[in-house]
Amino acid sequence: MPALTDLLAEGEPVANHRPWPRTRLGPDRWTFAIAQLAEGHWTLMGLWGEPASVHMALRDDETGDLGVVSLACPDHRYPSVGRFHPPAIRLERTASDLFGLEPEGLEDTRPWLDQGKWGVSRPLGATLPATGEPVPYAFLTAEGEALHEVPVGPIHAGIIEPGHFRFTCSGETLVRVEERLGYVHKGVESLMAGADLAHCARLAGRLSGDATVAYASAFARAAEAATASEAPPRAQALRALMAELERLANHLGDIGAICNDASFALMLAECGILRERCLRAAEAAFGHRLMRDRVVPGGVAGDLDTAGTSAIRALVEAIRRRFPALIQLYDSTASLQDRTVGTGRLDPALARQYGAGGHVGRASGRNFDSRKCPGYAPYDRLDFTVPVLEGGDVDARVWVRIREVEQSLGLVDQLLASLPDGPVRVDLPACEGEGMALAESFRGDVLAWLRLASDGRIARCHLRDPSWFQWPLLEAAIEGNIIADFPLCNKSFNCSYSGHDL
Amino acid sequence: MRKLLFANLFRPPLTEAPPSPADAALAELGRALERATRRRLGRSLSIREVDAGSCNGCELEIHALSNAFYDVERFGIRFVASPRHADVLMVTGPVTKNMGEALRRAWEATPDPKWVVAVGDCARDGGHFKSSYAVAGGVDEVVPVDLHIPGCPPSPTALLEGLLALLQRADATV
Repeated sequence: MPALTDLLAEGEPVANHRPWPRTRLGPDRWTFAIAQLAEGHWTLMGLWGEPASVHMALRDDETGDLGVVSLACPDHRYPSVGRFHPPAIRLERTASDLFGLEPEGLEDTRPWLDQGKWGVSRPLGATLPATGEPVPYAFLTAEGEALHEVPVGPIHAGIIEPGHFRFTCSGETLVRVEERLGYVHKGVESLMAGADLAHCARLAGRLSGDATVAYASAFARAAEAATASEAPPRAQALRALMAELERLANHLGDIGAICNDASFALMLAECGILRERCLRAAEAAFGHRLMRDRVVPGGVAGDLDTAGTSAIRALVEAIRRRFPALIQLYDSTASLQDRTVGTGRLDPALARQYGAGGHVGRASGRNFDSRKCPGYAPYDRLDFTVPVLEGGDVDARVWVRIREVEQSLGLVDQLLASLPDGPVRVDLPACEGEGMALAESFRGDVLAWLRLASDGRIARCHLRDPSWFQWPLLEAAIEGNIIADFPLCNKSFNCSYSGHDL
Repeated sequence: MRKLLFANLFRPPLTEAPPSPADAALAELGRALERATRRRLGRSLSIREVDAGSCNGCELEIHALSNAFYDVERFGIRFVASPRHADVLMVTGPVTKNMGEALRRAWEATPDPKWVVAVGDCARDGGHFKSSYAVAGGVDEVVPVDLHIPGCPPSPTALLEGLLALLQRADATV
């Protein structure tokens, strides 16, 4: 089996890309990389464009090695990855919308984020003023007797983000669901180009509000890699502490909300209390309920004092006291289990093919957690396990979250017990360089890639939400379920709209 | 489950004391509310939340309004599924160009009298996203706004203060 490191050695290496290598390939080696993805040897970690080139982040599943390969496309075309490896399709449609890069051979030529309303087309490439009226989006069809379509969204019934779902049903059974996203596209990548690091860090922390710590950490670590610097040990530990608090708050909220979508409101009420306690502890310890703008390039914005430490200790104790009864409640309520067990089953083969991160992948047998592999400080010195289940249904996704709550409590204990002393922030030098980082959000691995210009400003930054490789799987997991179970399945995935829409 | 429910009967309530309505919000609302509204509304508000482009941070805190600590329904405030059932549209986010039409249609579907509450710093003027090709700007670029609740995101307490001001002003103008 060919190793990714061999391919990376074959191309023209790019200097100052850290910590993993980046290589410029010719078209034939690019095509070779596509074949490795299609055969399942490697996992696609991201695909993004620039005005005249396209990049792929790859992971060798055998060795765990990571790397970036780039292909120059002076005529704005490149051999499509998505044609042979479907996880790339939406990323390629996005690169086409934003940069005008055409994936040659890709059957699906519909736009993805561009709905014809920006006033420009190809906003990050050779920009053109948009012409004419927006073209109606051609949804995929399903043929058969007595099928009916249900359009839902972009505004949904609950307090959730906007997106459109087109359901095709036979009676109550779903035959096909097609997602149409892009409604919350804010043009973050164009806002970042040419901006300074501090401003871009705030933008990164606002790509998906529920994962603000993970995004800010991924961005900060990519910037630190690009400048060959490192945050002080105490800052790294505080980042991890914030990340685990964020994970606890989100998982607790999700467990309650999933049960609520099966009409079991007691769990929502109980988990809502624990979630609120997490946010209050975060505010006491770090000065903001969601810990927004607390992780900055070079370290963290403020130190943790003894009052903050006690607030977090009290939180851990409160969750440990209350949570076991809630697990017991989930496990022993037959009417609830009846809704979650066997519902929305995601095939492990698909989870592996798409490189699905977080609870979506881990509930379908994909043993991947970026805190373990490639790993990053301070997790390399902490003791924790990554729960992996095979069931692939809503129930398995709930159980992965339950187990991760328990692991996060242990991590918080360890972090508090071993907080290094010292400064919490260093200044990053203003210099050229490229950096990449993965950070494990509660939802899965966030990838940040950036290039700094010689004045230290951002030349190009790409942020890849874990949802890119989870949203398409929701379409697969829902097939054959009843339409009334869609909210339940959707909540059990809990993909980000804003993080995906950029 | 019975044991848990029974134990909860004896736990003291977690609910916070109601905050006083925000002064700034009261001043802003002075312009917005008229006599007739109190008669039509009674002392209750039905809210349809519309995310018009937010990062989902505001949604998290709006959700928190319904937890045991803030328990927004005790004030007669509830979230409804359709704009046709709503008195108030609560809008978050810089309004993206891709959401402009949906927001306008939700507003048109809301029966009069109606108010628009713009939540979060982005909803005021687009916030960090205001100069983007994909962003129309603050909520008032698309629909008229009666009240802004600032914050990134506003805390549940700040949201409650704003909403109580809306209710109180509706009361006072009878």
